[in-house]
Formats: sequence, C-alpha cells, structure tokens
Amino acid sequence: MSLFRSSFRFEIDPSGKAAPWWTTLVSVALALIVSSFLILASGADPGAVWVKMFQGAFGSWFGLTETLLKTIPLLLCGLGVSIAYKIAVWNIGAEGQLLAGAIAATGVTIYFPNLPAEVALPLMLVAGLAAGGVWGLLTALPKVFFQVNELITSLMLNYVAFLGLQFLVFGPWRDPKGLNFPGSPVFPHAETIPPLWGHSQLHWGLILALVLVGVYAVAVNMTRWGYEIRLIGANPEAALHAGIRIRRHILGVLFISGALAGLAGMMEVSGVTHRLMDSVSPGYGYTAIIVAWIARLNPLGLILSAFLFAGLIVGGFNVQTLGIPPSIASMIQGAILFFVIGSSLVGKIKLRRTTPGTGA
Amino acid sequence: MDWITQLLTAGLSAGTPLLFATLGGILIERSGVIQLGAEGLMLMGAVTAALVYLWTPNLVLTVVAVLVVGALLGLLHAFLTVSLRANQIVSGLAMTLFGTGLSATLGQSVAGAPLVGSAPIVNLNFLDGLPVVGPVLAHLDIFTWLSFLLVVGLTLLFTRTVVGLRLKAVGDNPGTADVMGISVTFYRYACVTAGSALMALGGADLLLVYSPTWIQGMTAGRGWIAVALIIFSQWSPLRALIGTLFFGLLDTVGFRIQLAGSTIPPYFLKMIPYVVTILVLILVGWRSRHRPSSAPRALGLPYLREQRL
Repeated sequence: MSLFRSSFRFEIDPSGKAAPWWTTLVSVALALIVSSFLILASGADPGAVWVKMFQGAFGSWFGLTETLLKTIPLLLCGLGVSIAYKIAVWNIGAEGQLLAGAIAATGVTIYFPNLPAEVALPLMLVAGLAAGGVWGLLTALPKVFFQVNELITSLMLNYVAFLGLQFLVFGPWRDPKGLNFPGSPVFPHAETIPPLWGHSQLHWGLILALVLVGVYAVAVNMTRWGYEIRLIGANPEAALHAGIRIRRHILGVLFISGALAGLAGMMEVSGVTHRLMDSVSPGYGYTAIIVAWIARLNPLGLILSAFLFAGLIVGGFNVQTLGIPPSIASMIQGAILFFVIGSSLVGKIKLRRTTPGTGA
Repeated sequence: MDWITQLLTAGLSAGTPLLFATLGGILIERSGVIQLGAEGLMLMGAVTAALVYLWTPNLVLTVVAVLVVGALLGLLHAFLTVSLRANQIVSGLAMTLFGTGLSATLGQSVAGAPLVGSAPIVNLNFLDGLPVVGPVLAHLDIFTWLSFLLVVGLTLLFTRTVVGLRLKAVGDNPGTADVMGISVTFYRYACVTAGSALMALGGADLLLVYSPTWIQGMTAGRGWIAVALIIFSQWSPLRALIGTLFFGLLDTVGFRIQLAGSTIPPYFLKMIPYVVTILVLILVGWRSRHRPSSAPRALGLPYLREQRL
C-alpha cells in the first residue's frame, strides 16, 4: 500500500557539487533557442539571423580577425572583473575604466605627438593602466571607507566616463580636419601598436592579453596574495580573524581590476581605431561581466568565453543588414546568463523518494 | 506661473518614473530579494508602452500590458532567485542586459515615433489658490497622482497591516517567519512580481509623460539611480518620494542651466545626477557609520528550509 503512496520530490543539497561543465553548453544552446523565438516575435527569420551572425563572426578571414580583435578587450576586461569577483567585489564599471584608459592614452598622443615609438607606447601603456586603475579606485574608496555599494558607484562612473569622453571628442580634442566627425585626430604612426605581421589588423595586444591570463592564473592560485584575496572573497569573517588587511586588499584589487580594463581601452585606441571616438566601445565592459561569469573565473574558460562573445558582437553587427539592431547581441547575452545561473544548481538537485509515515 | 512652480512641476514629472521604480525596489527588497534589473525593466516597460499605445491609443490597455510584461519578467527573477536560489545580483544584471537588448530589438519599428496626448492631466482648479504648491498640484498628470497613492499605500502596508508585517518578517528573518507558518516562497514571489511590474510602470511613465518618443536606451541609467534611491530612502516609501523629487529637480536644473545659455558644456551638466548619486550614498554611509544598517537583514540571501539555523 505504502508503495503506491510513495512519491518523488526534488531536494536541494547545499553541499552538492558545482554544476558540471557541460551544463554551460546546454545553457547556451537553450538561450539560443529562446532568443530564436524572440527574434521571430520581432518579425525576423531566426535561421537567417544565426547564419548571418556565424558567417560574420567566423565565416571569413576578415570576420575571424575582427572577432580576435574584439576578444582582446573582452579578455582584459573579463580578467579585471574576475579578479574583483574573487574578492567578492561587484565591479560592473569595466566600461568606464576602459574609457578612462582610452582617454588617458589618447591624451599622450595629443600632448606629446612627436615621441619615438620606444617612448610613446610604454608611456601610453602606463597612462592607460593608471587611468583605469584610478577609475577603479573611485569605486573602491567609497566602498572601503563609507560602505557604499560598489555596484551603484561603478555603474554611475561608467556614465561619467562616457560623458567625459563625449565632451573631449566633441570639444577640445575634436579633429580640426575631421569635418565635424566626433573623434580625435588620427594618432601618429609611432603611437600605434605594431601589427603581429605585415599588414594584419591583429596587433601585439593579443599576445599581451594571453600572457596576462597566465599571470592571473598563477597570481590567484599560487601566491600568498591570491590566497588572501580568495579567502576574503569566500569568508571575510575568517579573513578578518586571520589578520588579513581586507581594506588594503580591496583597494589593491580594484586598482588592478580597473587597470586591466584601462589597458583594454589603451589597446583599442592605439591598436585598432588609431583615434579616440565616442563609439570606441560597443559595451565591452558590460559583456565582460558575462564573459567572467560564464567562465566561472577560470583562466582557460575566460579565453574561450571572450572569443565566443567577441563573435557574438561581430555577428551582431553583421545582422544589421537584415534590419535588426546590433543590440540584439546584448539580448542574447542576457538570455545566456539567465540560463547559466539557472543551471548552476544542477549538481545540487537530488531526486529523493519520500514515503509517508517516515516523516520525510 | 512663477519659476518655483515651473521648477517643481518639471522636477515632479522627471522624478515620477524614478519614484515608481524606487517603490517597486523597496517592495522587493523588503521581502529580502535584490532586484538589480530595474534598468532593463524600465526599458521593457517603456518599449511596451510605445508599442501598445501606438497600436491602440488606449491608456488603460497600455498600462495593463506594461504591468503584465513587468510581472512576467519579475516572475522569471523570482523563479531563478527564490526557487532555484541563483545569485540575485547576477540574475538582476542578466535582466538589465536582456531588457536593454530586447527593448532595442522590439522597439525598432516605433523608434522616433512621437506619442500624442498620452497622459491625461487631472485638473483640480480649486487648488490653484494655494500658495506655491497649489498651481503644481492642480494640474498634475494621472501617473503622478498614482505614484502619490502608491507612496501612501505602501506606507500603510508596511506599518499598519498584517500582510506588511509578515512581508518584513520574511525579509528580516525568513527562518522565523517560516516557523510562524508564513510562506517565504509565496511572499517573495508576490513582492518580486509586483515590484518588477512597478519598475516597468516607471519606464512607461518616462515614455508616456516625460519624453513621449521611444529611443533605444532612453532610461540612461535611471534604473540604476532608482536602485541607489532605495538605499538613500532607507527602504521607506515616504523618503523615496523626497529622494525622487530631489533627483527630478537635479535633472531639471541641469536642463534649465543649459537653456539659459550657459557656457558650461552640456556634458558636465548631464554628469550631475550620476555624481550626486555617489555623493549622496557616501553621505548616507558616513551618517550611518555607527548605526546598524536599516536594510532588511536577510537581503540577498536565498532561503533554504533545510539550512534553517
């Protein structure tokens, strides 16, 4: 009798394992299916959109180059965001930090236009790193000293940085020969990052970004500093009792986090656009949040997801010919994120048989 | 109308979208859930309002559609964070990205199309006699009045009703509330759904009253300012009214300075609300440095009965 009344129910076991890696792939697939319906609802043919996107991002040498180029800022911003998340600080200001870095690097070319490459490029690199880092500190200081929520500060600073950028490219830094084009003058040749080979669009920033991923992996997993920030992130109470200086670590980590995004900004203007424009970033800083989250802050995962999302951005621009705005890419990104966090419980759900009378 | 009346009227109409979103956020956070998707929800509310109103110029139908869209997205957030216990911050960020992209995609056909006569004005001519505030209150649109009613309604809910007490119990100490027989899941679902609908309504108000043309990304960070205003108002609907009026005035003052032919570049004037948001939060943090936070104590923590302590 009791056999008939026994039933099954799902239980969540908090001690369960993290979701297996393939759940991320399933999540991405499900998100693409849902996005297809939304594309259909907005009056377009999802099949055509996907084909166009894939062709645009990976279907030609030109597309692949574009995708690799966009991988650089996503990877650097994703790294920055990941380090901040390790210490449990929600830096969503990579966009503003990137713009700060781009502005500072452009400042070098505007005020020192005649430097030789050996001086100019390191100077621009340092300027980009420092500006991004300071922009990150502007988020960290109110958090550390006044308990201000870093999500809001970092996001507000994105808008401030963007308005500052607009002021510069529409105002004092506007190219006098640009026929009202909102952009700075084109950088002198010595102040652009050299291409990887010949006349390739790809520049040395890609190599530097990959090296930095390695540095990140070592620093976070194999050094005392990395251990301390992981401890603060996992259990601030324990870190406090262990005598770890939490405030100093948060300030340092956000400086690094911002500096990496600032470096991405410097590389965009010096390596790709060769001038500062108000459209210098199609939202790299925001996409980097998803890049980091989907990679689960894992270094190899970061490279893969940065490449994937770079493809999504490039593909997103390619579907404009179908009369669809490129912002469709951010809709798909949001959908992917929904499914990925929804699936994070897969490893913890257990099917349990409950029988009446046992109290279960 | 003298200039104070003009300024207050403009400040109110700029502040009302923020008020709806802030009130929605207060309702959600009181139940212990963080909803950072305000920006995406406001955009979805605005684009829904534009699509429905241009299709059928029926205000009631438009508002119902906006509320339904907001509630559905709210249900999604509730399912992820309450049932699946996913990270509330990430789910909110996903909501913002998703709403930004989807609203831009859906709104392409109506981008730039002006909406005419969308928000009726409630004329209360007998109020005109009152000094200063009289002429302001006498000619407000229907949405502003609705937001005032919501302030009163939510204040009464939180302070004078059993439902409000239970809701706050769920947000402060879900374990105890559960023991008392209050369904944590039900209250959280209800608050997240209703609050998200209000956030969408804020976006609709922005479109129908403040700037009646759909433009991609038209909220320009207002959703995030609303999130900041939740903290600024210390989870009190009445203080939310003051805070949103203040931010509405800031918006207006910047615009006025620009109109007055100032030499300050407009980009710096546009920075004012964002910079002030940070300064205000610093001030709030500094003032409450020795006091325990008035945030709901279980804010952001998923509740799991088996883990109850």
